[in-house]
Amino acid sequence: MSEPIRITYEVDGEDFMSAGTASTDMKRVLRQLGLDSEIIRRAAIAMYEGEINMVIHAHGGVAEVAIYEDRIEMNLIDHGPGIPDVELAMSAGYSTAAENIRELGFGAGMGLPNMKKYTDEMTIETEVGKGTTVRMVVRTV
Amino acid sequence: MTNRELAAALGLRVICPGAEREIKNVYCGDLLSWVMGRIPSDAAWITVMTNHNVAAVAVLRDAACVVLCDGAEPDAQLLARAESEGIALYASEEDVCRTAVRAVAAAGV
Repeated sequence: MSEPIRITYEVDGEDFMSAGTASTDMKRVLRQLGLDSEIIRRAAIAMYEGEINMVIHAHGGVAEVAIYEDRIEMNLIDHGPGIPDVELAMSAGYSTAAENIRELGFGAGMGLPNMKKYTDEMTIETEVGKGTTVRMVVRTV
Repeated sequence: MTNRELAAALGLRVICPGAEREIKNVYCGDLLSWVMGRIPSDAAWITVMTNHNVAAVAVLRDAACVVLCDGAEPDAQLLARAESEGIALYASEEDVCRTAVRAVAAAGV
């Protein structure tokens, strides 16, 4: 089996202007590879939500994308505060985003639920005070 | 109906012409993650949210155009991103409800 295509994005935690850069670029790459538009849409949504989460909650992080023949893997790695209660964070409508973030249109509490909804697999490894790694897989065949 | 025909039919002000696109849906929403999770493809997205993250959601969800309501003006970053991404950006002096009702009627969706 051939090697995956790997892309790494630095997600800047101080800059809301750049939020969406990784997902927009990943979408462009997936389009160039000729993947199905519905699959691209799902991967891009999940990546965007992950990016926004890292900006809002974790002062940024790293997004690693690996495109295999049969799947897209996205790993979002941050060294933010961690998630004390993953089950609660996963419930639709729950958000800890600050008021200034809500004024920008975020904080609907739909980030993690969207990521789960639009991917085939999602796992969260998190430790309070250390950070969070979210691994997502979208199957392409 | 195309986005340009919609703008003409509703008398919307064109802030950024963007690419010509067919409108197949109309969607209203301001919470970006909510919109991200639910907006259908090829939608005229009607909102009062005016920051640059609107552009990212519009691109990632393939919105056919974005209509800013109640006379809301885009911030400079949204305008710049709409121009660079080819997003059609319009302004309506009416509120979201009236704009949406007219858009649905005009586009027949």
